[in-house]
Order: sequence, then structure tokens, then C-alpha cells
Amino acid sequence: MTVKTVVTGLGVASPNGLGTADFWAATRSGKSGIGRITRFDPAGYPARLAGEIPGFAAEQYLPSRLLPQTDRMTRLALVAADWALEDAGVRPGELPEFDMGVVTASSSGGFEFGQGELQALWSKGSQYVSAYQSFAWFYAVNSGQISIRNGMKGPSSVVVSDQAGGLDAVAQARRQIRRGTGLVVSGAVDASICPWGWVAQLAGDRLSTSDEPTQAYLPFDSAARGHVPGEGGAILILESEQVARERGARIYGEIAGYGATMDPRPGSGAEPGLRRAIELALRDAGAEPGEVDVVFADAAAVPELDRAEADALRAVFGPRGVPVTAPKTMTGRLYSGAAPLDLATAVLSMAAGLIPPTVNVDPAPGYDLDLVVDRRTADIRTALVLARGAGGFNSALVVRAA
Amino acid sequence: MDTRQFTITDLKRILLEGAGADEAVDLDGDILDLAFDELGYESLALLETTGRIEREYGISLDDDTLLDGATPRSIIAAVNSRLSVAADAA
Amino acid sequence: MSGRRVVITGIEVLAPGGVGAANFWDLISSGRTATRGITFFDPAPFRSRVAAEIDFDPEAHGLGPQEIRRMDRAAQFAVVAARGAVADSGIDLAAHDPYRVGVTIGSAVGATMGLDQEYRVVSDGGRLHLVDHEYAVPHLYDYLVPSSFAAEVAWTVGAQGPGTVVSTGCTSGIDSVGYAADLIREGSADVMIAGSSDAPISPITLACFDAIKATTPRDDDPPRASRPFDGTRNGFVLGEGSAVFVLEELESARRRGAHIYAEVAGYATRSNAYHMTGLRLDGAEMAEAIRVALDEARMNPEEIDYINAHGSGTKQNDRHETAAFKRSLGDHAYRTPVSSIKSMVGHSLGAIGSIEIAASALAMEHGVVPPTANLHTPDPECDLDYVPLEARERRIDAVLSVGSGFGGFQSAVVLARPERSAA
Repeated sequence: MTVKTVVTGLGVASPNGLGTADFWAATRSGKSGIGRITRFDPAGYPARLAGEIPGFAAEQYLPSRLLPQTDRMTRLALVAADWALEDAGVRPGELPEFDMGVVTASSSGGFEFGQGELQALWSKGSQYVSAYQSFAWFYAVNSGQISIRNGMKGPSSVVVSDQAGGLDAVAQARRQIRRGTGLVVSGAVDASICPWGWVAQLAGDRLSTSDEPTQAYLPFDSAARGHVPGEGGAILILESEQVARERGARIYGEIAGYGATMDPRPGSGAEPGLRRAIELALRDAGAEPGEVDVVFADAAAVPELDRAEADALRAVFGPRGVPVTAPKTMTGRLYSGAAPLDLATAVLSMAAGLIPPTVNVDPAPGYDLDLVVDRRTADIRTALVLARGAGGFNSALVVRAA
Repeated sequence: MDTRQFTITDLKRILLEGAGADEAVDLDGDILDLAFDELGYESLALLETTGRIEREYGISLDDDTLLDGATPRSIIAAVNSRLSVAADAA
Repeated sequence: MSGRRVVITGIEVLAPGGVGAANFWDLISSGRTATRGITFFDPAPFRSRVAAEIDFDPEAHGLGPQEIRRMDRAAQFAVVAARGAVADSGIDLAAHDPYRVGVTIGSAVGATMGLDQEYRVVSDGGRLHLVDHEYAVPHLYDYLVPSSFAAEVAWTVGAQGPGTVVSTGCTSGIDSVGYAADLIREGSADVMIAGSSDAPISPITLACFDAIKATTPRDDDPPRASRPFDGTRNGFVLGEGSAVFVLEELESARRRGAHIYAEVAGYATRSNAYHMTGLRLDGAEMAEAIRVALDEARMNPEEIDYINAHGSGTKQNDRHETAAFKRSLGDHAYRTPVSSIKSMVGHSLGAIGSIEIAASALAMEHGVVPPTANLHTPDPECDLDYVPLEARERRIDAVLSVGSGFGGFQSAVVLARPERSAA
């Protein structure tokens, strides 16, 4: 009998809400966190909107010893991990240290920190580069810092598969729990809203150039014109069901199924891999398509990618066969942080009996999706979360009510 | 000629900028002869701190400045000894 | 799917002084070293000015002009190594369901070289904080997010199964192979193209390792700069490279008559939860990773014939690791040859773990333990048999290879002959 993996704690850092309560209050009511960039002057760039997290004062939450050595995304991740552990009622110091692991995803590491050090290097000289650069910008930094702060010596890892990585991390965490680790801190937080990160994202050619926050990020809309990037994500506490039940933990839901594929080489003309990823996740969960109550879409807002996602959903569920939503229309795309945040949203939706809306979107009829543009009450037992990454990564995860 | 003196005030400023401070430690107390690990600073914090001192004062400290048991007094002395060499050379 | 076993059927290595697995083996079995004064740029401003560089001509290795333009050097390494590994294995991937073939590539620092060069341009030499997008290369996003490495490898071999980059600092190259082996064992894939790549020899990398005095300042004698386990060691030598493997499920590999180098018999990773760059000298967490990897392989410490060490040549690492071997293997640690190929090919960060797995598999293949070069002065704190200077003939049925990375990661993998009686 395979060990079941359950979610017992949430820590959320989102553009439309810092902390789970604020985030859910905003999300259920369709409140967006997208606006003009404030962290640098975006006037000279073709894209100027982002989902920034307002009012995050790291010094309120973290010791000053950690601040000089951490990028913003690591500070957010450390705080989100603290909140998730607290939410789960876990005090790491009381648990066996080798029985706790940390598996996070990253897409661009501590890029803002990296910009500062590159600037010091090239404008002033190599001796101006910080001793912290050796780890503050690398992809493994959040797993490392979370493990150190919480004394977690069990199996840890870091995956990078662009936006899909957020689900790949959760799946790897589940793998470790199945192999006997009691608790794994997972999820992801990303942030690279700095000029250097912005220029690198612009090169990806998928950013919306609209200046109107309600018209910029419109997945599945005939006016789709690219996405708005955001910062943040979610950290989740995952435990074996048995451990969680024995300690009387609140169980948000079960990580029931997962599948991952890659697209064929660009230009091959072959079918993208998303449908197959969904089918693998459903099979892994032992679920029929008809059991899925809601899909949290990847929602690229690039017409050909929206088309591919709609095609995959119709192929599995039939035309308008399942409610589909994209609350990330309120936050922007958070790269590796997006899917863990969608997973958190999914379990919060189950608890509330409510599907949060896809805001600002007028669904293009050709996609034939049941897109939830106004929040909808629903009895949600099973949710499917989708995430795709640049380069053709497709991940799908099924979460079930406990 | 460089007549600057490096003082505990300078050291504390640079420590705070480059490595923060342990909440359990009062840097305004009598810390001159406490080892840095007692003050909550490990090797990385000291590497960052000495790097900042070297850049600000235009000096180069020996690698063994940071050997086990270094204290604020020993670092201040090492910095001032380098500063006086620089001053003599000027 | 329990009971599925994973074997290495193809190997390709791009290492300093040895591009191609055969050249690589020649170098490390002869005890020659590939360290030299840095030639990629003027190293004069840096404390450490030596590195183990690869003389790599991407066109000569079959990459097309557009592949060369769009990929960072580390991605180029990975693609060349992946093609080589597939050719070496003789596998006909076209005969496999592409969704059953996956890719994992380890990398600690991704496209650092490309990012460093491109930053310099868009910032106009660090002058502009608001860097200029008009000067950005079109493929800069692929440098930003290094999962592009896995995508490139997948495209080149036609894989459509699970794919990712594993980025756990300097254990990435072990963890990538461990992750891939798990996917085959659990039944998520039948074949994995797994390995790692890094090309970190760039000013920003030199500067950050200078700042923590992790790299050796022994600039006047490059071939002798990397001295793992030697009493005079004073830091590692930066390297670059890639190794990629074809991993297959044992029975299907046997059915097609594949040459099997070794079974990936056990793997584990643990964290020290102590420090982003420092190590506690007792080696407890690495010892735990070794213990769990042996357990997974259902092997006793006494069955290990060779330990391929992390052996970076920093003062603390080599002591830490020596303690971990004693703690996990007991007296057997004293009877087992231990060597560090970083003495010869340097430390290529996330790539080295896979390169060391390749060295371990080739050591089994040839019945030869590669030496630790430059080991002349014993260190009383490092008192195991480190195979100084010269390779040693020995039948090897099982190898332990370990790694230690910034962030506190400690990983161990056990390779063994699949026909051993256990399992």
C-alpha cells in the first residue's frame, strides 16, 4: 500500500495577498495585484506591468544576520516557510532532523541579488563582489536556507523546469515521503522583478505590453497578448497521511496524482505533451476525468499556447466538460511559484466550496472551455493543477479533498 | 599620507552593513575581546566584513587575520597595522 | 513497479584535458592534470587565476550554427554529451515511446557564462542600472532559466517523458542521476538521458569564489594547483564540463543485449542544515547519505571496493569527507582506496558529480582505480589510502561516489555490477 501524501500547511506570498488569509480574501473576490512596476522605473521598457508584492518588510520577520545574504525571493520563501510550518502546527525542533526534507523549485534563482553583484563586478571591480554571491543567486538557495533555518537534514532537492517546476518539486517531495521521510517542505517562490531580470524576461517574447492592468493578461481571450510576470508563490508542508493523522493535523488535501511530459521539438508538428501529462496524472490518481471538479489552468495568454491547453482539456474532458479557472490573472505568472500557489488555491477552494474567478477575461468561444469568469460555488473533491514551462515542460497534478 | 585610524565604531558599522547582528548579542557592550563566533558571526560573515574593510580602506589583509579565535581587537589591530604601512609608504 | 533496477548503458564525458569518454579515461588513469592559467579572459585582477579549461570547438562536435548561437556553453556541453551517450549505448530511441524517455540535467550555476557576458553588454560595462533591452540577445530567456538545458537535450534525442534540471549546487551531478534512477524505478520512464553540465569559468564566478577564498591562489604552478588530501592544499581549482548517461531498466537493457557499465544500485541525499558554505567536521550528514545509499543497494560497507571522493582540495572539505567515510564505513574506510579526480580535472561545480560517476563506472570497466594527482605531503587529519599519483589495478565490483555542495547538500551514489548476488 503506497503511502499517501497530504498537505497540512500553507504559506503564501502573493501580489494580491501576503499570508494565506489576505490572499484568499482577495482571490475569492477577484481582487488583482497587478499594477505598474514600482521597484524600478519601467518607462523605458516595452512591458511595464507586474504583479509585485506590496509591503513586504523582511526585517519584521527575519533576523538581520540573514538579510545581507539573501535575495528578495529567498526572504519571501523563508517567511512563507515559517508561516506554512506554523499553519501546520509543526515545530521543527521537536522532530527528528533527518525526517524532514526541503524540495523547492526555482526558475531564475536570486536574480536581483545577482544584478547587484554583476554591477559591482563590471563597474567597480572583482574585489567588490560579495562573499554571499557564491550562493545567494544560485537556484538551490531557497532549499538550502530553509533547511538551515529549520534544522531539516532529510532528503532535499531543487528542480528547475521553468513554470512547470513548481509541480515537479511537489512530486519529488511526494516521492521522498513515499520512501519514508515524514515531512517535506515544498513549493516555490520566485521573484526577478529587477531591470536585469526584466530584460531577460522580455527576451522570452511572451510579455504583455499593455499599460492597463485589467487588459494586460487575458488568457483564453481573443485579445490575449502575452502575460504579466509576478513575484511570489507558496510554500507547502507535505506529510505522510499517517504521520499527519497521528498528530491530529488539519489535512487540506491529498497529492493524489502527477504526470510530466515534454513537448516535441519545436516545428515537428506533433501534438504537444500536455494532454498526455493530464492523462498520466489522472491515471496516477486512479481518477476518471469525470471526477475532476475544477482545473487550475496554466493560462499562458499566448494564443497558440492557449489553443494547445484548450485542445488538451477538450480532448480529456470534452467540450466545456469541466470548470476551468485561472486565478493567476490576479497575480501575473509567478514562474516556479505559480503552480504551488495554484495548489494552495485549490485546497482553499475545496474548503470554501468556491471556485475563484478568472478576472478580466472574455472567453474566446472557439476554445469551448467552461471558463469560470465569475466565482462559482461548487462542491470540490478533486482538482487538477496544470503548469507549463518555456522549452516545452508540461506538468499536471491531481489534488483530492482529504 | 593616510592617517586614518580604524576603530570599534568603524568595525561595528561594517559588521552591521555586511552581516547584520545576532539578536542575542549587544554590539554596544564590551565586545573587544570576545571571539566572533561568540558574537554570532561565522566565517562567511567575517569574509564579507574583511572584504568590505579592504575595499573601503584600500588595504589587503592577510588570510590568517581570520584564523580561529579572531576578536574585534585582533581585527582592529590588523587593520591599523596595514593602515600605518600604507601611511609610511605614502 | 517495485523491483525495477537501473543500469548505465551509455557514457559520454566532456572534461578538461579529455573530451570524449576515452580521452577522459586516458587522462585520469595516467594521473595527468588539466589545470592551466586561465585563457578565457584576462585573469589578472583575480586572486585565483588558474582553472581546468576545455578546448572545445562546438562545430567540430556536430553543433549547427543556430544551436551554437542560441545555447550557452554549458548547454552546448550537455547536448554534445547526450548525443555521445546515446551513440555509446547503441540504443535506438526511435523504437521507444518518446513519452517513456525522460531527461534530467544537473547544473549548479546554469548559464552563468552567458549571463555574465550579456549583463556586461546590456549594462554597458556595469554603467547602467536600467539595463538596455535593445542590446539583449534573443535567447537571453534561456540563460535566465536553465531548464533550457533539459529542453535542448530532449529535443536532440527526441525525448518527451519527464524532464527537468536538478540544481543542488555541487551535488547536482549526483542528484540528477539519482532523480533519473528513481523515475525509472517507480515506472515513470524506461530510459533516462541523465547527467549534468556546468561552464562556470567566468569573471563573476571567479570573483565570488575569491571573496570566500574557496579557490586556490596557487597561481604560479597550475598543474600542481589542485591538491586534494595533501597537507599543503589551500582551495579548489575551478573546472568545467559535462557527463551524460543513458540509464535503462535492467531487463530491457539485457533484452536488447546492451553493454552494461554498472547498476545505479543506491542513492541518497541529506543536508547538513548548518551553513550555506561551511561544513561541520564530523561529516555526520554525508555519512548518513552513504548509509542510506548502501541500504538502498542492500550492500554492506565491506563490499565497497573504491571510493570516488568529492575531494575538492579545500582545507575543510577533505577533513569533513574523511570523517564521513570513517563514520559510515568503519574500519573498512582504512582498507578502501579513495581518490579525487578533481586533482586532475578540477571542480566543475554541478557537472563534477556526473563526471565522477563516469570515472567510477569506467574504473569498474577497466579494473583500475584512478589516482589522486599532486598528493605528496600527507595530512595527519586525512589518513586514508588516497591512491597518490599513480593509478592502481584492482577488480572493482562496487564504487561509492559522493559529493558535497553549497546549501548543505550531501549526496552519495553506489554503483555495482548488476550480477552481484544481493538485490
